[in-house]
Amino acid sequence: MEKFRSFDEIKKSLQNGDTSCKAIVNHYLENIQTKAHLNAFVEVYTQSALEKAEEIDKKLSTGKAGKLAGMVLGIKDVLCYQGHEANASSKILSGFESQFTATAIQRLIDEDAIIIGRLNCDEFGMGSSNENSVHGNTLNAADEGRVPGGSSGGSAVAVQANLCTASLGTDTGGSVRQPAAFTGTVGIKPTYSRVSRWGLIAYASSFDTIGVFSNNVKDNAMVLETMAGPDDYDSTSSKKPVPNYSELLHFDKRAKIACLKETMHSDALQDEIKQHTLDILDKLREEGHQVEEVDFPLLTYVLPTYYILTTAEASSNLSRFDGVKYGYRTPNAHNLESMYKLTRSEGFGEEVKRRIMLGTFVLSASYYDAYFTKAQKVRRMIKEFTENLLNKFDYIVMPTTPSVAFRFGEHRDDPVAMYLEDLFTVQASVSGVPAISIPNGNDSNGLPIGLQIMANSFKEADLYAFANYLMDLKSSN
Amino acid sequence: MIEETKTAPISTGIKGKYELVIGLEVHAQLLTNSKMYTSDSTAYGNLPNTNISVLTLGHPGTLPKVNKRAVEFAIRMGLACNCEITRRNIFSRKNYFYPDLPKGYQITQDKGPICVGGEVPITLGNGENKTVTLNRIHMEEDAGKSMHLAGETDTLVDFNRAGVPLIEIVTEPDMRSSEEAYQFLTEIKKLVRYLDICDGNMEEGSLRCDANISIMPKGSKTLGKKVEVKNMNSFRNVARAIEHEFDRQILLYENGEDIVSETRTFDATSGTTSSMRTKEDLNDYRYFPEPDLSPVVVSEEWLENIQNELPPLPRELFEKFVRDYDLPTYDAGVLTDSKEIALYFEALCQATQNYKAASNWLMGPVKSYLNELTLHIDDFPIKPEGIASLILLVDEGKVSFSVASQKIYPEMLKSAGRSPLEIAQSLNLIQDSDEDSIKPIIEQVLEESSGKVAEYRAGKKGLLGMFMGQVMKRSKGKADPKVANKILIELLEK
Repeated sequence: MEKFRSFDEIKKSLQNGDTSCKAIVNHYLENIQTKAHLNAFVEVYTQSALEKAEEIDKKLSTGKAGKLAGMVLGIKDVLCYQGHEANASSKILSGFESQFTATAIQRLIDEDAIIIGRLNCDEFGMGSSNENSVHGNTLNAADEGRVPGGSSGGSAVAVQANLCTASLGTDTGGSVRQPAAFTGTVGIKPTYSRVSRWGLIAYASSFDTIGVFSNNVKDNAMVLETMAGPDDYDSTSSKKPVPNYSELLHFDKRAKIACLKETMHSDALQDEIKQHTLDILDKLREEGHQVEEVDFPLLTYVLPTYYILTTAEASSNLSRFDGVKYGYRTPNAHNLESMYKLTRSEGFGEEVKRRIMLGTFVLSASYYDAYFTKAQKVRRMIKEFTENLLNKFDYIVMPTTPSVAFRFGEHRDDPVAMYLEDLFTVQASVSGVPAISIPNGNDSNGLPIGLQIMANSFKEADLYAFANYLMDLKSSN
Repeated sequence: MIEETKTAPISTGIKGKYELVIGLEVHAQLLTNSKMYTSDSTAYGNLPNTNISVLTLGHPGTLPKVNKRAVEFAIRMGLACNCEITRRNIFSRKNYFYPDLPKGYQITQDKGPICVGGEVPITLGNGENKTVTLNRIHMEEDAGKSMHLAGETDTLVDFNRAGVPLIEIVTEPDMRSSEEAYQFLTEIKKLVRYLDICDGNMEEGSLRCDANISIMPKGSKTLGKKVEVKNMNSFRNVARAIEHEFDRQILLYENGEDIVSETRTFDATSGTTSSMRTKEDLNDYRYFPEPDLSPVVVSEEWLENIQNELPPLPRELFEKFVRDYDLPTYDAGVLTDSKEIALYFEALCQATQNYKAASNWLMGPVKSYLNELTLHIDDFPIKPEGIASLILLVDEGKVSFSVASQKIYPEMLKSAGRSPLEIAQSLNLIQDSDEDSIKPIIEQVLEESSGKVAEYRAGKKGLLGMFMGQVMKRSKGKADPKVANKILIELLEK
């Protein structure tokens, strides 16, 4: 049996004296080496992780260690960690070293979590397959010919392949939940503004969240409760206090669950995924919960709204990468304009350029009202619909993705087919509500299927408790 | 397209057919210690790229944070101009590429500026009063500076100024002459200095002005195509640029040519403007709401505090000086020109009732001393009470004004703290107003020049001054001129 799959197990071993932080780090380092071909990690902090482990071992022996002592984390390559490179998987940030640490990471370090390395992802978090990375593809450990999902593909595989205890990803439209579904891991996108974005390299500021991958719900809850909360460095971060999610996992109520008709009857939904989802809904009914199918007429507007607004923000957020101050600068320029054009043409990948152009277009004076203003209105409608629904129901349950992990290159020439991967995940992103993906068995080819649960804003505790209950329910079968 | 049009002078007859329409956009750099969205210093004159951090440089992962003090300063200006204050402020991004703009966008306010509407009263040279209506005042951040050093082929950028808070004051197209524009700017400069929010120095760039200028035939209601003129580094140059544009646009109109809606730059040497860019290649700034900042809410309490702490405004003081101190408008204007002089005057008026004398002292001897040594009134060695006792000394007839200003005042400047009376006594300057002691001197003078006395009595009244001069000389300047004059006339008319 694989070791160190849960933080509870790690803590028990540490308490019993069966292991040490150093041994745990070494265990993961070995795994990383053995599975290097998966290309999950783009950089491993071997030296500093081992030193940190020794330091925490000492703390443990004097009883002064933080609550995450023994937890080994990987971080997505869009998070800033002082003195370490942060490339956002882009050539334009090649060689860029961050001069400060993201608030989320700092809070984890303060509780003695060990950061073991930096994880592959789609460039600036733009993609659903991890194929848009200057670091190359990350392979899905369930089938190495298939994508791990994206954009946080490396973070998902790192947990899936037991290369660390848990990992940080970011989720703008499904970038944690979709790869979690593809890899059979637990992945949460918290409520927008729940975790400070200070130190998160922005893709779309009003959507970006930092999320967590783990093997089980409890580990996930522990990481999120540690890094969440108000932050002076992010004026948009919520001032609401953070409950200790990991201590609130007990679930014993009769839940009201909504299931969206348009989602379950979507043409894009694969049969096996549909069946797995129906099965779990049946089981919930059997357990005495109320499950109701409700209309979601706005489903067709969710993706266009998401892509108009996120690309608009991205086109502006990525303007700072111009070769003037840091990162890549073209060697081929002969004047200012050509420096801008060549630096950005050579530095950004195809998908990023596509989104910058799309965003620039929807913000341009002649099209602003037709696209940006309208999309903002629709966003408000979707948000209101979702929140109202979640006032009536405790949870919305649906498949995380319409399909299982696809093959490399399958959507290469069809960006829209790729965008459809996000069909079910963007609703929570557009609305700002929290959503979690948990494993829901495998299809007949052994490929993981994900189940997505949404709750109302700042109801992460309820979300975790229900997710935990569902995991138990499935395994009791 | 670069054109240089040296326009021929246009006859006033032709000029009289047109109306000049001017709107101004004034940027004022706020005197906060830290920048608009970061805690980096705003100190002026530091070595390039020392007032910077990851925030100023727009490093990935950084987020802005609004400087409350800058918001307060903007509100102060808004209250002083009678604007409506926006309670829920959102910010916008103005997107464009330039090396001195670290994030690739400027965080500014587009829809929903902090101050809406408002007005600034101005007084023209002929005494006419006019009110310039404001469109808005909004908050934004400054850009860095590109530097072209000798011997360097590359352009270098200094980001010290990047992120320094600005307010932009935008008027309606309300002004009708270069003088009105000039007076408006003068008033704005006065206001920002009174409010302590900007040092108002246009030459150093802490106050900057762009002018939107158009013409229309007199009586017309439709505004002509507007031309925006930039790069004027003094009030005088703003006026010159407007005059030039007026002529240039009339000439185009008279010749049946199109006036192009464009941005032009002013050249101070030639006094002309030339095209920078036309409307067609204008940037599309793609404004959209800044998602990285939560709205700044101005609470009732906060607004009240700012209102209560607002210093007296130049116009209020002007009116008070005219109304309560009975000063001529000229005096009131000069005294309220600078806040510090006005406050000194106020203090002086607490110590003396002779307001006109107080005004004369301040506008005369005090100002000339400050000008000569280029001192600030804060560094003036004599306290208002000192000047007040000097005024009293003259009013009591103990010394003449000329003795006070030429003999005692210089001593007071040299040794601050010495009372004027003590100086006058020690220098033996107290004038003699005792008729019994002055009369013999006068009698002696008249006796010695009996011929002149006869001439006077025959009608040559102009000789009075000559007799007075003799008397003052004989008394070593100590005879009270008023008393001496009275006795002199008495004796001569006898």
